[in-house]
Amino acid sequence: MIRFFFNKLLYLIPTLIGITIVAFGFVRVLPGDPVTLLAGERGITPERHAELAAQLGFDRPVWAQYLDFLWRLLHGDFGNSIVTKQPVLSEFLQLFPATVELSLCAIILATLIGVPVGVLAAVKRGSWFDQISMTTALVGFSMPIFWWGLLLIIFFSGTLGWTPVSGRMSLMFYFDTPTGFMLIDSLLSGQDGAFTSALSHLILPSVVLGTIPLAVIARQTRSAMLEVMGEDYVRTARAKGMSRRRVVMVHALRNAMVPVVTTIGLQIGLLMAGAILTETIFSWPGVGKWMIDSISRRDYPVVQSGLLLIAGIVMIVNLIVDLTYGLINPRIRHK
Amino acid sequence: MSKMTRSLLAASALMLGLSAPAFAKTFVYCSEASPEGFDPAPYTAGTTFDASAHPVFNRLVEFKKGTTEIEPGLATSWDVSDDGLTYTFHLRPDVKWQSVDGYAPTRTMNADDVIFSFDRQGNPDNPWHDYLPGITYEYYSAMEMADLIKSIEKVDDMTVKITLTRPEAPFLANLAMPFMSIVSKEYADTLAEDGKQAQFNQVPVGTGPFQFVAYQQDAVIRYKKNADYWGTAPKIDDLVFAITPEASVRLQRLQANECQLMPYPSPADLDAIKADSNLKLDQQPGLNVAYLAYNTTIAPFDKPEVRKALNMAINKQAIIDAVFQGAGEVAKNPIPPTMWSYNDSIQDDPYDPEKAKQMLADAGVSNLDMEIWAMPVQRPYMPNARRTAELMQSDLEKVGVKASIVSYEWGEYLKRSTDPARKGAVIMGWTGDNGDPDNFMGVLLSCAATGDGGSNRAQWCNEDFSELLTKAKATTDQAERAKLYEQAQVIFKEQAPWDTLAHSTQYVPMRANVEGFQMSPLGDFTFETVDLK
Repeated sequence: MIRFFFNKLLYLIPTLIGITIVAFGFVRVLPGDPVTLLAGERGITPERHAELAAQLGFDRPVWAQYLDFLWRLLHGDFGNSIVTKQPVLSEFLQLFPATVELSLCAIILATLIGVPVGVLAAVKRGSWFDQISMTTALVGFSMPIFWWGLLLIIFFSGTLGWTPVSGRMSLMFYFDTPTGFMLIDSLLSGQDGAFTSALSHLILPSVVLGTIPLAVIARQTRSAMLEVMGEDYVRTARAKGMSRRRVVMVHALRNAMVPVVTTIGLQIGLLMAGAILTETIFSWPGVGKWMIDSISRRDYPVVQSGLLLIAGIVMIVNLIVDLTYGLINPRIRHK
Repeated sequence: MSKMTRSLLAASALMLGLSAPAFAKTFVYCSEASPEGFDPAPYTAGTTFDASAHPVFNRLVEFKKGTTEIEPGLATSWDVSDDGLTYTFHLRPDVKWQSVDGYAPTRTMNADDVIFSFDRQGNPDNPWHDYLPGITYEYYSAMEMADLIKSIEKVDDMTVKITLTRPEAPFLANLAMPFMSIVSKEYADTLAEDGKQAQFNQVPVGTGPFQFVAYQQDAVIRYKKNADYWGTAPKIDDLVFAITPEASVRLQRLQANECQLMPYPSPADLDAIKADSNLKLDQQPGLNVAYLAYNTTIAPFDKPEVRKALNMAINKQAIIDAVFQGAGEVAKNPIPPTMWSYNDSIQDDPYDPEKAKQMLADAGVSNLDMEIWAMPVQRPYMPNARRTAELMQSDLEKVGVKASIVSYEWGEYLKRSTDPARKGAVIMGWTGDNGDPDNFMGVLLSCAATGDGGSNRAQWCNEDFSELLTKAKATTDQAERAKLYEQAQVIFKEQAPWDTLAHSTQYVPMRANVEGFQMSPLGDFTFETVDLK
């Protein structure tokens, strides 16, 4: 198991280097540059452009800039935003908890609903429940996030007035956020109603962000269950007169969970992509919206370091998923 | 009710009345984007100024609310020498600086602060010139302040003398712009001592109507009323910016009363806003212009008659109706009608495809194949450039001109559109910075602004026109200046380097109980006069 762990860890290093190249190159192959955008409609003379570029260090060859970027990274320096002039790392640390909180809620919601629905659909294969839930899942999977988010806001916040429109917390509350997780900080604040407010702000964005993973998990659970239920040991268990419920819950589900856990893990990585749109719609101050803003402003340091930080964390999550996978399914370890 | 209960109740009511101050009035503004920082000098975005320069800071002179006229600010009065080169400002006495966590000012605003505020931007040797990595002072350099200001001297604590290298009439208006906000030298010194320079951009200290409390990145900015404000005290106690990038979500928040005022509604929502009895809608013509700039150095666009013919082929009213959905008016001059020196006697080139066809034939132009560049982004002066270009394309087809639509990514568009060798006519626009006509005509149409990177995208250099601008800039008498600019507009229309398309209308939706909000022709959002009923 330990060897398995270190092997996996070793793979991380070349992958991370690869990511630095992609992240560094990504913004630079896009047309436009931060200096021109800084000046906007006003226009900027070639001399002033060169002066600013030199000041920001963009006048040097790209490979030299890249080596410089790596060298700083090795010293724990992620650079400063061109626009806000703040260290990229401190901005990331300030915004990341919001994304984690939202992603966790979304994935928990998706798992809590997706797994039972998938199991039930498999057990009652061909029933009206199976058909309706799987059709719904297909629709959910292809739901455009932006449209879906706005629809929910207009209906639940606008027409019914049940949920807040956007943001993380009612503006009536004002307290320190030591952990950055609003659900925890609101409890720590001791202010009446703060926790409820934080929770109610989480509902719609979690539903929107969780929709696609929910659909994927439900479908994956269903097909994994169907596969497992056709296996010999399940039939044997049934033949031995074990109750259907016990066969499904103990024998089939445990084995079916192996691919499902992987799916859930992979979905966490994909959530980042969904978070960009969800955060923009719900004014959710997380790293997704931060990345989009920075890309459109060609804020090179933020994009390259931000992508690296996000990718690094996604990789660690995937590593943990791999390890869990190993725990559930011992055969994996020995491969 | 027994006598005792009654007196107890009365006593506790009295206590409550005494101990709890009147319920704090909180005003929430659904702003459209995060500020880049809180130091107004290094930035150019209006969003940043709305969050920094306007609530927290003041300037020597200010724009009178709702106008582009200059009125006293931190300077109560000023004298201009006869040659127009020396400005002496008399500062307002006893203006208190705000205090924030960990900093309490020991003195009031004085000449040192004024000198520090300007010197740090223009003087590379000032230790605060480079206090943040990669910091630049774009407005200071774009408005050529470094060339313009020869020296800033302290006459005494309450008097500052600024000497210019040349007479420049728009100078006073420049001083009212956000980048010329007066910042505290004492605060800067204290931060430098503690090695916390970056805080200068994160926790601003000013003399303005509101005091900064806290900023949660990309989420919320909080301010409270500046209790020591020298001007008229704000009527609200707390000001909150709730950062909400999506226009339709901003409207939902406004309708849910999560905020009381929002900027930039999407044109499609205007009808719904008008129909909602809980909301009201302020509107005014924007201080802007959208235009189509030909490259006047490339044939056949180097001939004014060809440019005029094309202008006559394009149905501008149709663009206003379809693209602006009525939220704008057809432009005939390069400056908007709300600006002084606007020449209303100018006759616009009428929409007349037949005549246009004839004029093109007379000019010997046949089978013309041209490009129309459409910007990829939405701007306050142009809701949809692509759609505009499509309408132009079909209009031009009717006079036998084949137009193809070209678009680039925004940064690339900005860069390529200033290239002197550029082919194609470019859709662009401008929003005024300081209400001075030179800020439109000088910046966008003078000979000095031609060339690579200049904002004269028509590459149009007309000696007569430029000479009038230079003369106007060096004159301090506004009536005389106005005459010169009116003449300049006549030349502009004859030569037609642009097709002037539109001046857009600005809309500000707010809750019905909001009072005292004044729209700024410069597009600023300020809240010191706002109240909730």
